[in-house]
Amino acid sequence: MKEHDSGIRIYLVVWGALVVLTAVTVAVSYVHLGMMNVVVALLVASVKASLVALFFMHLRYESKLVWGFALTPVFFLVLIIAGTLLDTSFR
Amino acid sequence: MDPATAREAATLGIWAFLATEVLLFGGLFTAYIIYRIKFPQLFYEDHLKLDRVLGAVNTVVLIGSSLTVALGIAAIRKGRVGLLKLYLSLTILLAGVFLGIKYMEYTGKFHHGLFPDTDIFFSLYFMLTGLHGIHVLAGMAALGTVLFLAGKGRYSESYHTPVEITGLYWHFVDLVWIYLFPLLYLVG
Repeated sequence: MKEHDSGIRIYLVVWGALVVLTAVTVAVSYVHLGMMNVVVALLVASVKASLVALFFMHLRYESKLVWGFALTPVFFLVLIIAGTLLDTSFR
Repeated sequence: MDPATAREAATLGIWAFLATEVLLFGGLFTAYIIYRIKFPQLFYEDHLKLDRVLGAVNTVVLIGSSLTVALGIAAIRKGRVGLLKLYLSLTILLAGVFLGIKYMEYTGKFHHGLFPDTDIFFSLYFMLTGLHGIHVLAGMAALGTVLFLAGKGRYSESYHTPVEITGLYWHFVDLVWIYLFPLLYLVG
């Protein structure tokens, strides 16, 4: 019982963090930082995505096998983007 | 198959499906990156035509729906079916609000003569948000089915795998939007 109650508290904390990070990324977008705008936006998005995956999607409690299933597409996505950029950047 | 094995198989199944989903959106994200590098000025000017307040509101709506689905799963883990049904209903309601705001945005864009064939930025905008919108609709259908089955007393403290699986899919829909929002509305 106690464990479940603290689980709900974690969900609320994660939700609060996600809302705050959304406010942060919107606020930063009004400041002109050049290329840094993209870096900050992607960094904040990745922190948010990690929070969702680790806590809401329970990845924190999953086996290595599930982690493998979750990370493999990320590896291939990086491969696709890098491979395509290698082609289009040097034409 | 014993229940624990069945549950693990189902978890791996949905993660494998989500892997294909990452790559489905991944192709479009790759196109976004290539064209953004090619036409930085166009992307900059066009992204200013999107309403970042509406985008931010929709982000908060979707994050809220992720919370309600997580709370619903926490409820059924304790065997509280009534609470699960309440949270599922709230999640579907929030998904509806998200699509409602998206509809307002789309009609606003059309009104200003911005269509999927206007230029490459709006092609990508409508493709990415449209594909995501279809996922929201599919999520609503899945959540609705789980809600219906919960009403028939199908889930309990000991068996609620479909609720968890549907929840994972819904969180993924939220996850995609977490990247779409800054890339389209904030840094174009």
